[in-house]
Amino acid sequence: MNDWIEIGTLNDIPRRGARCVKTPQGKIAVFRTMEDQVFAIDDHCPHKGGPLSQGIVHGASVTCPLHNWVISLETGKALGADEGSVKTVAIKRDGERIFALIERVALAAE
Amino acid sequence: MKKQKLIIIGNGMAPGRALEHLFELAPDAYDVTIFNAEPRVNYDRIMLSPVLSGEKEFEEIIIHGDGWYIKHGIMLYKGHKVVNIDRVAKTVTSDAGTTEPYDKLLIATGSSPFILPVPGNNLPGVLTYRDLDDVRAMLLAAQSRAKAIVIGGGLLGLEAAAGLKSRDMDVTVLHVMPTLMERQLDPAAGYLLEKAVEARGIKVITKASTKEIIGEKKVEGVLLADGTVLPADLVVMAVGIRPSASLAKDTGLECNRGIVTDAGMRTSDPDIFAIGECAEVGGQCYGLVAPLYEMARVVAAQLAGNSEAAFVHSETPTKLKVTGINVFSVGDLGEGDDRQEIVLRDAAAGVYKRLVLKDDRIIGTVLYGETSDGAWFHDLTKKRTDISEMRDTLIFGQSYQGGSPLDPMAAVAALPDDAEICGCNGICKGKITGTISAKGLTSLDDVRAHTKASASCGSCTGLVEQLLSLTLGDSYNPSAVTPMCSCTDLGHDDVRRLIKAKGLKSIPAVMQELEWKTSCGCAKCRPALNYYLVSDWPDEYADDYQSRFINERVHANIQKDGTYSVVPRMWGGMTSSKELRAIADVVDKFAIPAVKVTGGQRIDMLGIKKEDLPAVWADLGKAGFVSGQAYAKGLRTVKTCVGTDWCRFGTQDSTGLGIRIEKFMWGSWTPAKLKMAVSGCPRNCAEATCKDIGIICVDSGFEIHFAGAAGLDIKGTEILGLVHTEDEALEHVVALAQMYREQGRYLERIYKWAKRVGLDEIRRQIMGDADKRKGYFDRFVFSQKFAQVDPWSERVSGVDKHEFRPMATIPYQQAAE
Repeated sequence: MNDWIEIGTLNDIPRRGARCVKTPQGKIAVFRTMEDQVFAIDDHCPHKGGPLSQGIVHGASVTCPLHNWVISLETGKALGADEGSVKTVAIKRDGERIFALIERVALAAE
Repeated sequence: MKKQKLIIIGNGMAPGRALEHLFELAPDAYDVTIFNAEPRVNYDRIMLSPVLSGEKEFEEIIIHGDGWYIKHGIMLYKGHKVVNIDRVAKTVTSDAGTTEPYDKLLIATGSSPFILPVPGNNLPGVLTYRDLDDVRAMLLAAQSRAKAIVIGGGLLGLEAAAGLKSRDMDVTVLHVMPTLMERQLDPAAGYLLEKAVEARGIKVITKASTKEIIGEKKVEGVLLADGTVLPADLVVMAVGIRPSASLAKDTGLECNRGIVTDAGMRTSDPDIFAIGECAEVGGQCYGLVAPLYEMARVVAAQLAGNSEAAFVHSETPTKLKVTGINVFSVGDLGEGDDRQEIVLRDAAAGVYKRLVLKDDRIIGTVLYGETSDGAWFHDLTKKRTDISEMRDTLIFGQSYQGGSPLDPMAAVAALPDDAEICGCNGICKGKITGTISAKGLTSLDDVRAHTKASASCGSCTGLVEQLLSLTLGDSYNPSAVTPMCSCTDLGHDDVRRLIKAKGLKSIPAVMQELEWKTSCGCAKCRPALNYYLVSDWPDEYADDYQSRFINERVHANIQKDGTYSVVPRMWGGMTSSKELRAIADVVDKFAIPAVKVTGGQRIDMLGIKKEDLPAVWADLGKAGFVSGQAYAKGLRTVKTCVGTDWCRFGTQDSTGLGIRIEKFMWGSWTPAKLKMAVSGCPRNCAEATCKDIGIICVDSGFEIHFAGAAGLDIKGTEILGLVHTEDEALEHVVALAQMYREQGRYLERIYKWAKRVGLDEIRRQIMGDADKRKGYFDRFVFSQKFAQVDPWSERVSGVDKHEFRPMATIPYQQAAE
């Protein structure tokens, strides 16, 4: 089941920067661009699994800190000569508040 | 499916290319291990001549850097020569005793130079011309020796001769045949070539048969069969190559001249393949790069499961890579009753062109002086085009076909899509123009990255540039300086100059005033601009952390699994029981998985989770540690030996001077990392002569060195000068560092900057001009007022808290039932 879950406010993320959200399925990287757009993608580069949240953010893309792949924040696709893609996560804004569409994972009830 | 193990013996251009194809076709099929007898990565062997002549640096001809091997998970054993293949157990063993099993084995041992069997051929001073070690040996010899003799007037010999001549040696070429390059050129072109070579001050003696190399302990000369004695201090043999097949032969694989393979590059053992100069396919061994790349393509397809892939013989044009001499030759140049020829000679312009025709088709081409139509003639040969219609104007080239002369662009435009542009890589015109359009390429480097065209010997660069301007129109400007990145047309030097001239003091101001093409730059230009602004306006510019690479943002080194490593400063490499105890406690408390002693005389703690960094720093800070900036494009370490404190040979207090320099300079940002060392005597235990800046203490004072390198490139330092006191040593070193800070391009190490600016200019300003030196020194001191803040204690006290904490943690949902 997917839920819109509040993950924080716009001011939590530096412009041209990112923060992480830990979920049961792994880390999500939440980015804020120069123009205050917010995007979220899995924090896992399609190349060698580098933490994209640690990369340099430029325009609506991020450069992976491990081997410089450039990933589009809008589509999750690798740009330039490289090929691969990472899962995107839907984001909803209500003023400053940021919500992400995240799958709720229930602990096995016993 | 379980991955198979592929072992490759040899790391030259053919196996490198085969791997590129294999990773494209079947990225997950093999675990790859490479044994390379040379202690380095894969480089472009056909570009050794420009390295010898000084037109290129070694790092410019690297094909696959270390990163490529890491990216593809390849185990590369550098400097391991394989000594045994066990075909029953399916293992190979290297001279270092490493044994690895294989499912498939690829032998690519290349070739070795042929050594003339004459007396004296093993004297010191007799070299061959084959790999980077040979080039380095020749360069070394060129420094101290005056007379060089090159035996062999073929491609390699002439390139070696031209290279040595450009290093100011007195060069003579001995060639056993009547004309130079007789295998590729006809006598007329060979004669013109000889004149051109002699015009460069290289003596040529043809019909010269070497009888003996004379000398007592080292080379002293060459004795020819006719009794002539030619004095020489260096002899280079470039008389041919022979396939290196002995390992395969010892293993019992079928060998003739080379290792015999079928058209699929498979040897007599079905699990073993051979490619490159060591392979013999269809009864022929090859030495030029195009057929070797064709072998690479075939073997990759075979390894990926395509048993149909087969090697097809084709003629490869020969080009001589000596700047200013243009020679092109391909095909059958012999004379015969069934053949005709068209010849054009222009003695004044030094042009000679000859086409050999048979049945109205071109079967051979020699061009001397003017070679731009080579690709077109070769294309007509390959297509077996009937040339009777254009026979009258054929020799004038493609521009003269179909009426009035056309401009050269039109000639390229008129080439069919399947015309081969890059002979080395077999790339045709359609592939290049198609990729330019499809991928939006805008520069020569882009085309090289995406298609490989012009990425090997570079002789088709002109054609590729014409295709770029043909496809892109006016937006392509090849003569411009290399831009910083695709966000701007300006090069690094222009940007640095304009930042000062226009008084630009923020990244947005630079982007606005210098008309950046993107809204907020990219990961290449932003860190560069941030450095330039930090360096130029230390007091006014606010460092933009979002423009720094992650390591400089969180003050630790990111590792492949996303954890970090932390290196505290140990001044001059000195430490104490208290410090070591504090490190041990931190390692235990945070369960740090690895602790390592670094090459810069300090201790690295690896595998720390990002969230733990501030707490780790807090504990280290309590013991007095500050950041070692092991992540910075800035001052790293000052390595020292124990000097007069302990050493019976020490001439000065090298440890004390090292600590003093490190305390003075820590925290400063530089264009690229800056590593230093101080040795207490010329025995040089601190290895100061391969550092960015080094000091060798001597009885009379301090010898200042700079511009060394000991990474991908190995280079001894240059001497800046000798000073007499410790204070002077500090002032000179600091002034030199500041000059580099003000002029270096981002990521340009000091040895590359020094080469660009000129050693004499640097000596003149730092050693010879006291006012200049004082100016640099004062500006460095001013900048340090703002730079010497320990980033770790800042973060312990709360700066950038957000960096080290997740924004939110979403827990498992309690099951509803």
